[in-house]
Amino acid sequence: MSQAASSAAGLRAWLTAEATQSARQARLQRLYFSWLRLRGNPLAMLGCVILCLLVVVAIFAPLIAPYGLDDQNLAARLSPPGGAHWFGTDDLGRDIFSRIVLGSRITLMIACLVAVIAAPIGLLVGTTSGYCGGWVDIVLMRVNDIFLSFPGLILALGFVAALGPGIRNAVIAIALTAWPPIARLARAETLTIRSSDYVAATRLQGASGLRVILRHIMPMCIPSVIVRITLNMAGIILTAAGLGFLGLGAQPPMPEWGAMLSVGRQNLSAWWLSAAPGLAILMTSLAFNLFGDGLRDVLDPRAE
Amino acid sequence: MLPRWLKVTARLLGSMLVTLLGLLALTFFIGRMLPVDPVVSIIGEQADQSTYNMVYHQLGLDKPLPVQFFVYVRAMLTGDFGNALFTGHRVADDLSRVFPATIELATFAIAIGVGAGVPLGMLAAVFRGSAIDHVARIIGLLGYSSPTFWLGLMGLIIFYAMLGLVGGPGQLDVSYIDIVQPHTGFILVDSLLEGETDVFWNALSHIILPASILGYGSMAYISRMTRSFMLEQLSQEYVTAARVKGLSRWKVIWRHAFRNILVQLVTIVALAYAFLLEGAVLTETVFAWPGFGHYLTSGLLAGDMNAVLACVLIIGTIFIALNLLADVLYRLLDPRTR
Repeated sequence: MSQAASSAAGLRAWLTAEATQSARQARLQRLYFSWLRLRGNPLAMLGCVILCLLVVVAIFAPLIAPYGLDDQNLAARLSPPGGAHWFGTDDLGRDIFSRIVLGSRITLMIACLVAVIAAPIGLLVGTTSGYCGGWVDIVLMRVNDIFLSFPGLILALGFVAALGPGIRNAVIAIALTAWPPIARLARAETLTIRSSDYVAATRLQGASGLRVILRHIMPMCIPSVIVRITLNMAGIILTAAGLGFLGLGAQPPMPEWGAMLSVGRQNLSAWWLSAAPGLAILMTSLAFNLFGDGLRDVLDPRAE
Repeated sequence: MLPRWLKVTARLLGSMLVTLLGLLALTFFIGRMLPVDPVVSIIGEQADQSTYNMVYHQLGLDKPLPVQFFVYVRAMLTGDFGNALFTGHRVADDLSRVFPATIELATFAIAIGVGAGVPLGMLAAVFRGSAIDHVARIIGLLGYSSPTFWLGLMGLIIFYAMLGLVGGPGQLDVSYIDIVQPHTGFILVDSLLEGETDVFWNALSHIILPASILGYGSMAYISRMTRSFMLEQLSQEYVTAARVKGLSRWKVIWRHAFRNILVQLVTIVALAYAFLLEGAVLTETVFAWPGFGHYLTSGLLAGDMNAVLACVLIIGTIFIALNLLADVLYRLLDPRTR
């Protein structure tokens, strides 16, 4: 016990030492100080706690949910919240609480997949545009502007219309609308890095443009891209839920929160059908907004 | 020497035209990557090969892509969006029929958004760090984070199904439909023109809920922006100078600071109006509001690409136009950009 305490104190001393011994220590120290500042922001911590809870719930979903995904009990259909069913049951007698718990996996999966698809596209377009300049820059940024001139949901609707409804196509459509802000950010970062000495040194060593972009510019852009993605996550989740609600995203037997709301629309008198999934969406996007705002304050002191 | 405003407008118009062409290319591309064969969707699976070839030729699909694109752009620019299979009318006719309902809803909503958002943002800035600032921040955060269609659903459940305070889905109760002749297409205006006050009150009870919920989203945006604009002004030295001169606090805020943020506010309101159109798609679906958002989702569910792409194209164009308007207004009205 005391050994654990002393090693924790040793770790803190190492993390706050004024003279650093290695680049890794310096990097970890910076992370640690950012974390300390983030911890001083109660709203951001609230968002962080909600997100961590959500991840835990998603991981252990089958253990937490008292009923199975498709356990139907037609005798108890549309029963209001109570002891046996905390959040009530839906039109097929399925337990809403269980479906929301299991649905957290879908929401998080959509969010992660969109980030995994959109971030590399945005990074590649943005860094190429910033590094190459000239007509490449003009063309790529024009395309970017066209995508940005659309409201996200409308463009996603257009893509889903062409690709057909379904959760996979919804992810692709949302990702196609999520990369432009990242590209613009990565381009701005690249413009400040492009003329730095270490890039010139790498080029003098004979590195190709592709190598400079991939190995030396992209890694520098990643932190700000992560913040940007976190801030956009709330919008991504709302768009995904909207597509599900319209019947264009995840399809009905799936416990996607937006799709569950569209069942609530057909049964206005059973308010619990709509209340619980909507609150789940609200909590998730609120948590991302709170956490993202805090993250931006910590990493970008210029922003108010 | 050309006047300044003409040069600014010409340059912005040029950039708008390029974006518009890109928009057309995008919808053209979306239409072409359709997994459904457009020929088969017209003639059906059973048709023989010669019919297929004929329709294929009629649709111009045998021409090279650039030619097809040129034909497409020409059709779109002349307002020929083709026929909507699910209504049986021309898409252009359908759109001109459904658009007034959306404009009515969006205008009502933006009035609520501006009417509540600007005072809230001003108060939050003037009393920075006080309780009202925190309340404004929370209202804003909730506005950003809530799914509007869910707010609509809960509003319907509480105020319509449970309390019966407002009208339900749709623009009017069934018994009031078709009493008023469409003059402007806006029911609130038409009913007053004909002196049908019953219809007016009924329409008002139907529009108030969806408009409030749509307006809440823009209020969140407008109040946040108003707050940051005001904070910027209040930190300026002229504010202190005016106070030292003996002007009262509210006079300084109203006559000096507020007047200086007006230009920025106009830009923000134009953008907020554009984003209302996006919110309208979901809100109209929840409230069965017979506007273009409802039309768009019906077209989507029916798999009618002509209708969907026309809607996407028109919203995109409105977005670009409102952005342009905001840009021009900003450059013309703000003396600092001269």
